[in-house]
Amino acid sequence: MSRPDAPLLAVRGAAVGHDGRAVLGGLDLEVGPGDVVAVRGANGTGKSTLVRTVLGLGGLVRGRVELFGTPLDRFRDWRRVGYVPQRTAVTAGMPVTVRELVATGRLPRLRPWQRFTEADRCGVDCALEGAGLAGDGHRQLAELSGGQHRRALVARALAGDPELLVLDEPTAGVDAAAQQVLAATLAGLSATGVGIVVVLHEVGPLAPVLTRTVSLGHPTPVPLSGAVG
Amino acid sequence: MLGYGFMQTALVAAVLVGLTAPTVGVHLVQRRLSLIGDGVGHVALLGVALGLATRTAPVAAALVTAVTGAVLLEVLRHRRSAAADVALSVLFYGGIAGAVVVVARAPAGSAVNLDSYLFGALTTTTRADLVAFTVLAAVVLTVTVGLGRQLFMAALDEDFAVVAGLPVLRLNLLLATVTAGTVVLSMRILGLLLISGLMVLPAACAQQLARGYRSSMLTAVAVGVGVATSGTVVSFYADTPSGGTIVLLAVAVFVLARLARTVRRGTARLADAGAHEDAGAPAGPRSAGPIGPAISRWRGPARPSAG
Repeated sequence: MSRPDAPLLAVRGAAVGHDGRAVLGGLDLEVGPGDVVAVRGANGTGKSTLVRTVLGLGGLVRGRVELFGTPLDRFRDWRRVGYVPQRTAVTAGMPVTVRELVATGRLPRLRPWQRFTEADRCGVDCALEGAGLAGDGHRQLAELSGGQHRRALVARALAGDPELLVLDEPTAGVDAAAQQVLAATLAGLSATGVGIVVVLHEVGPLAPVLTRTVSLGHPTPVPLSGAVG
Repeated sequence: MLGYGFMQTALVAAVLVGLTAPTVGVHLVQRRLSLIGDGVGHVALLGVALGLATRTAPVAAALVTAVTGAVLLEVLRHRRSAAADVALSVLFYGGIAGAVVVVARAPAGSAVNLDSYLFGALTTTTRADLVAFTVLAAVVLTVTVGLGRQLFMAALDEDFAVVAGLPVLRLNLLLATVTAGTVVLSMRILGLLLISGLMVLPAACAQQLARGYRSSMLTAVAVGVGVATSGTVVSFYADTPSGGTIVLLAVAVFVLARLARTVRRGTARLADAGAHEDAGAPAGPRSAGPIGPAISRWRGPARPSAG
């Protein structure tokens, strides 16, 4: 069982990479409730590899990763974790609406064969709103621009009401107004105790929300000047 | 027509297959596996042949081999190894070649005709068959519709589904199993060579007409039940084989759906003042992929430099 006082995410002395070869080493990172930690670094420094590793998608070469106090390989309570992948990962041979995509983020909270309740539908509505897609739920995913598509992925992660949210470049290709909406949403989540890890290429409108920035290449967490702890 | 007992049974069987096969097809098309049903049919034929040759129930034997084959296919696909593609063809052609050879070497006196299994013989369906079909259809629908959202999620974005804690491999194996079940269910009605048609073509129609997953499922089922029953009726009056008639009707509906979509897109394009002239290009942006970088480049200079 996870300890109640444990950090949401702890990375200790970790090296991450592909096929057993480390691309990034000496990683230490701790994310507690309400933390908003930016992970920055040039292309190829292993930002996405780090993200995939902490999510259990493989890549841990050395060291330890704990989620909610449980070692990664024993962690099963995945509904507490939300994930926004970097690439426009969603490919479908069949049509899918924005709302249907976002609603899949709610599924981990349901048992198999269980129907959506009113609370689930509200969760999906809130998630669409939080990603700035209120009113776009009926649209077909294939009709969206790249930036809107990315916001739909954010909404999908929000729909699961995660306690730890991991976002891989959620702002790339997203216009400034929508970034503001995302910043406000993340600030709101942080205030309710959600821990957030966000990989960013450019800080942009998210700057005021961040509590810490980790620059890869500088493995130890560097406090952002003027940041609120 | 309905005065004939065999036609009553045939129509009930047609409704069952028309209802079940498209629900599997939607998931297969979503995974871009529209030909997998055909492969499973090849493997099922080996089961039929073994059943006929050893004078045990060919349908049960087909079910066992088809499920085994489908599960094996899914495991190979899951590993994503380069050898998987070749392994699939070994399984497909091994299945059909094995069937032909086994039937040829069957002991004298056994009913060694594969034709009714290859092309279907709807009117030979018995009332006892109907009971078995109903049970099989119920099992298939419990998975394809009951777990539809989960299957849909796993196909849409596998990484996300894994992170969300969804048992992706188990779900895909379950889909493979019900695909095999549907192949065997439809075998007597449509024939092993035509089953894939009734799974995939209604889903392909839905792809042209529907806007989302749910409406796709409903459209596919409507098309499936429609062509299965009308095909059965047409085959009775026109004295044509039921399987071929049903699948030809499904092809016709697909062509109409495709035309309707082209016309609709064309109208929308004309209405759009800034319409492009590349009418030969695939209609509409199928993937939002390349647009993202384009937009970020375009917005690049205008982005406010916060922080």
